[in-house]
Amino acid sequence: MPNWAHANKRYCKRCTNNMNKSSHALLALLSRYANIWRLLITVLVLLSLWQAIVTLFAMPPFILPPPLLVFEKLLENYSLLFHHAMITLSEIVLGLILGVSMGLLFALQMLLFKPVRRWLLPVLIASQAIPVFALAPILMLWFGYGMTSKVVMAALIIFFPITTTCFDGLRHTPTGYLDLAHTMGANRWRTLWHIRFPAALPTLASGIRVAVVVAPIGAVVGEWVGSSGGLGYLMLQSNARMQIADMFSALIVLAVFSIGLYYLTDSLLKRFIPWHRELASR
Amino acid sequence: MAQYNISLPSNIMTDIQISHASLHYENAAQPIFSDLDLHLPAGQWTCLLGASGCGKTSLLRLLAGLIEPQHQMSAQICCSDGLSIDNRIAYMAQQDLLLPWLNVLDNICLKAKLYSGQVTASQYQKARTLLAQLNLSGIEKSLPEQLSGGMRQRVALARTLMQDTPIVLMDEPFSALDAVNRYKLQALAADVLQDRTVLFITHDPQEALRLADQLYIFDANQQLEALPLPSSVPPRAINAELGACQQALLQKMHKQYE
Repeated sequence: MPNWAHANKRYCKRCTNNMNKSSHALLALLSRYANIWRLLITVLVLLSLWQAIVTLFAMPPFILPPPLLVFEKLLENYSLLFHHAMITLSEIVLGLILGVSMGLLFALQMLLFKPVRRWLLPVLIASQAIPVFALAPILMLWFGYGMTSKVVMAALIIFFPITTTCFDGLRHTPTGYLDLAHTMGANRWRTLWHIRFPAALPTLASGIRVAVVVAPIGAVVGEWVGSSGGLGYLMLQSNARMQIADMFSALIVLAVFSIGLYYLTDSLLKRFIPWHRELASR
Repeated sequence: MAQYNISLPSNIMTDIQISHASLHYENAAQPIFSDLDLHLPAGQWTCLLGASGCGKTSLLRLLAGLIEPQHQMSAQICCSDGLSIDNRIAYMAQQDLLLPWLNVLDNICLKAKLYSGQVTASQYQKARTLLAQLNLSGIEKSLPEQLSGGMRQRVALARTLMQDTPIVLMDEPFSALDAVNRYKLQALAADVLQDRTVLFITHDPQEALRLADQLYIFDANQQLEALPLPSSVPPRAINAELGACQQALLQKMHKQYE
């Protein structure tokens, strides 16, 4: 952890004599886990706001249950929530895989074949005028009440951001790289694979970040329209039975999973595509 | 198309004759230049000086086969050995153009990867030897972003050498460097590329005077004018004679800018 050693030194330089060893250790601990502390404090503040609203406005539990009640339900229904969370998570992940590969394929085709670009791009942009959620009932009809319709739903809403970011990235390769490849006698495919594609990855990565955020929306909306499992299904069921605290516990699990998925993806992308800064400076 | 071979002896030297070169920007009334002739003698450095916009970079890009579709550009290019110029050039630009996702060694072996799809062990070995020659040992696995500007351009020079082509085209390769690094790299490049046919573009008179075996400048009529050079051999030291030449050259260019 280079961060805390550094911070510690800085404090040492600044500190006056009345600062003893234990406060040094405390400061070190604080700066070492700064991100975790920040997260904890944020969560605590949000929870107390929640509790404050419940208390101040005397909210009945069937409108806004207090946080403690929700946590009780969370622990009580742990295995049920986990079971349904796994269903939703699989839908999200499968949707991501399907959507990203479709987007990549479309972007590649638009790059390689001009007629495809001329005909497809306007259609693609126009298709965004249709709210994808309006398609949910049709998807249910076609793909049934199982996981397939949710996977397709999630894939459909991430398809556009992936296609456009990937296409943009592939198109805007720094010209210097392409010149160099040309003088080295690279053919079209090798240029695509060794130059254009890696140069497009940082742009594509931002598309993937967006996709990871919106894919859960697709999955949950799909579950609302008709399903027999998943967190969205659980929320609808609890809602119908006026078990609002159960609904909130499902919502919290969904939020935790989505946020976790985002941070996991973000750190993986940063780790495996570390050249985004270099390209940005060109 | 000549088959690229990494063990191509670098002493296969060739003259290049460019005749009737013309360049016309789209929507421009006047051509930038027309009916231009230039002879690049084998194994020598030909430096081209000129103000920005005079078309010197375009001339180099024409040789490199990098013609922008929006420019009307044409020329006859002949090599004295009768072979085509295709795939016998190496290109070095002002930016080092190191790919940020490849380490130094893979960047140097880029041509092998792009041309034949893979890099052989002997090519890697050759790249390591080259790095050692350029005092770059120990950074084989580093990424370009970890290197300083001068080091990066040295790696780019290693990549150019690795291509082992008889013709090298350099477009202001050192102009983004600080004075000391530029001075060092000029000497290094002159040393390692001394038996190649080099076309070197620059807007810096001192650099041109240090490195050129022949020096041309775009004159007011957009024709190439040969200029006298100091008597020593490149890379020349910056001495009184070179200083005097530089002074004369600057005055000449100053008049042209008016």
